[in-house]
Amino acid sequence: MTDGAKSWLLHGGVIIVLFALQSVLPAYHHGNLARIMVLASYAIGYNILFGYTGLLSLGHALFFASGMYGMGLSIQFLGLSPGPALLAGLLAALVVTSVVGFLALRTTGVAFMIVTLMFAQAGYLTVLLFGQYTRGDEGFVIQQSQRVFAGIDLSDPVSRYYAALVLFGTCLIISLVLVRSNLGRVLVAIRENEDRVRMLGFNVFRHKLIAVILSGVISGAAGATYGLLFGYAGATFATVEYSIFPLLWVLLGGAGTTLGPFMGVLFMFYLIDLSSAVTSAYMLIAGVALVLLTLFARQGLVGEVRKRLAPWLP
Amino acid sequence: MELGPYLLLASLEGAVQAAVLALTAVGLSLVFGTMRVVNIAHGEFFMLGAVLAWWLTSQVGGDASIGFVLALIIVPIVTGLLAAAIDWTILKRLDYDPEATIVATIGVLYIIQQVTLMTYGPDARPVPPPFNIRITLPWFGYSGYKLFVIGAAIVLLLGVWATVSKTRIGLILRATQLDSDIAQAFGIRVKRVYSIVFGVGAGLAAMAAVLIVPIQQAHYLMGGDPLLLSFIVVILGGLGSLRGTVVAAVLIGMSDGIISVFFSPTLAKILATLLVASVLVFRPQGLFGKRPV
Amino acid sequence: MAAMNLISTTGLGRNFGGLKAVHDVDFDLPEGQIRALIGPNGAGKTTFVNLLCGRIAASEGRVTFLGEDVTALAAHDRIAMGMAYTFQITSIFARLSCHENVALAVQRRLGNDRAAIDAQVIAALDAVGMADRVSQIAGDLSYGHQRLLEIAMGLGQKPRLLILDEPTQGLADSEIEDFVTLVRSIAHETTILLIEHNMNVVMQTADYISVLNFGEILAEGKPDEIHANGDVQAAYLGTR
Repeated sequence: MTDGAKSWLLHGGVIIVLFALQSVLPAYHHGNLARIMVLASYAIGYNILFGYTGLLSLGHALFFASGMYGMGLSIQFLGLSPGPALLAGLLAALVVTSVVGFLALRTTGVAFMIVTLMFAQAGYLTVLLFGQYTRGDEGFVIQQSQRVFAGIDLSDPVSRYYAALVLFGTCLIISLVLVRSNLGRVLVAIRENEDRVRMLGFNVFRHKLIAVILSGVISGAAGATYGLLFGYAGATFATVEYSIFPLLWVLLGGAGTTLGPFMGVLFMFYLIDLSSAVTSAYMLIAGVALVLLTLFARQGLVGEVRKRLAPWLP
Repeated sequence: MELGPYLLLASLEGAVQAAVLALTAVGLSLVFGTMRVVNIAHGEFFMLGAVLAWWLTSQVGGDASIGFVLALIIVPIVTGLLAAAIDWTILKRLDYDPEATIVATIGVLYIIQQVTLMTYGPDARPVPPPFNIRITLPWFGYSGYKLFVIGAAIVLLLGVWATVSKTRIGLILRATQLDSDIAQAFGIRVKRVYSIVFGVGAGLAAMAAVLIVPIQQAHYLMGGDPLLLSFIVVILGGLGSLRGTVVAAVLIGMSDGIISVFFSPTLAKILATLLVASVLVFRPQGLFGKRPV
Repeated sequence: MAAMNLISTTGLGRNFGGLKAVHDVDFDLPEGQIRALIGPNGAGKTTFVNLLCGRIAASEGRVTFLGEDVTALAAHDRIAMGMAYTFQITSIFARLSCHENVALAVQRRLGNDRAAIDAQVIAALDAVGMADRVSQIAGDLSYGHQRLLEIAMGLGQKPRLLILDEPTQGLADSEIEDFVTLVRSIAHETTILLIEHNMNVVMQTADYISVLNFGEILAEGKPDEIHANGDVQAAYLGTR
């Protein structure tokens, strides 16, 4: 069987399993998995830029939150229904990502990290500054009645799960297609040796910008969907923590693998879930995990599997 | 409403902030200038300085000034040693790879912060100032201690400058900064210099916190703002330029104080962060730095 | 001369501060030629070649490629027009396979046709004698093979102009012999500009030689002429 066929079978299988799980999971894990799938979509978006193109952003919460607020504010103040509101969220993410990408890509390495961090901080502070509309840290609830999409009540757990699965499945397929395409090959090459890519005739800046926009829009889609499915938009999702989470998830699951982001979110979610029962300092786990990962397992879970067992994993 | 008194008050408050910020930022700048790594946990060393100062002064009885002086000496040393240990066990193993170091120090940030949460708790606790003199200025009386803070910071900064430019240790430091390979070829134990620099950087931040904690209170989340502001200052001033760092600290401290008094603090912060981003994008060498980032 | 010059420069120069690394160079390379660019260390050969392919911007003068003024054109655009460049210090994708390395060079011309890409990757690797190493990771190759891989990447682009910057640097004698054979075999496909220090290689491959010294053209001519040229010998001070 070709590598391509194996990859498609595996990814299709994952989606089918998630689909089947819907009917058997107990309520608590059912809700968790819906959340995990949306956050995994955010992680997939981050992975495209970090894992595949090799650009470490510390400001992705800005893109996630742009989607969330683009969606939330249009429901709240423009009275849009979920469908158009989602599109508004995507549009907001697209605009923000394009502007930030265009400016930030003039820097590299450490400077790029700091610039993205700064833009995200400015975004968070702007949300607070306009607290009159955004309700700042407190956030605002999106009513159940406002979350009915084509007759489906998105606050119903089953519909919510399926909606999350649709988002995740789409993002997963997009990442698989990307990775196996010519564009994906260029992005990986940029990560490996940017100068060489330039001297093979590629416009490196344009390719990086494409990667940033793709990454940011997917992150924004996740943000918009999260707000819609869980009925809330708040400034917490624009904080530095929400920029660090996708980095942590992707590192843990395996940067530069398509299934890594999901595994990372799944693992981290339950790790924090279990430890927050014990202490309020659950971010300690995140801290320890980050240190251990960078020291001993920079490939992450799926990355190690790929290295040792299955080199064909995309 | 007279502008004068508000302006003087804002300037003095700004000067206090600038003083503490300059010390903290110089710590960060030393580390980046020598080791070429960004320490995201720097703000937590600041916080540790404040928390440890609270703990020490609450243990030591007698006059508040005794506890304070002890804290001023012991706390930076303890914090510095902890930082050196972190460098030895973690950063050295990563071979100071820029991206890995950032990720690892983010992890260290959360570890220090959360352990403090678990032991010290979520409350903010005050530390009594070592003395309570009020200085009479035109229009109003002002805290003598705050003026002391400004003076102490100036003295310390001059000390750092003198050490770096005039002593043998400073020469070793500058040599390692310029070219660590050649320095090593000349017999300088570069790895050891790195640990010392990392420790000193943390120690300076801790000392700044000990100075400010009688004015502010000690809280486990107080590292966030100093981290952000130090970043802003170091980048504006030019990474690796001590003089630039101090000038930028004065600029940021004063303008933050003035903008905060006359406009909203949030707006001031937004402008500051966008300023950093702009500098990195359009003028990466900052105001004084020579190398592009 | 009315013959089509593939690439030419007029008054090309580049300053670094006060240093004139390349100064007032008029250079013409007709299509189909194998040209060697020689000169002592520090003569400005790599700088000149970087000016040609656009990695460095010119301080003065013009570069004309395929009849177009490309002086203001970015490096990647010039490459896309039909130049290929191999680095003085081999620059490949060490963590990727040989296939992926060459595929990147090939795909720009071929779009999404996976089968066509695979075929041309094999062809390019075959031309340098490495068709059996398709799946090998580039970083695991010996230095000599890595240099060959880079040449394969150059060939994969099907360039009009192939620039080789000190290609035999660090190669064993047998590998150098193979390289000479390789150059002769691909000469009909592309025009070759070769920076070289190894005079044996130069004498065996070049149709024409340009000598650079202190950033200026010292002499140009056929190999025998250059070999006998007193100024060139003086400039090299004993290099045979």
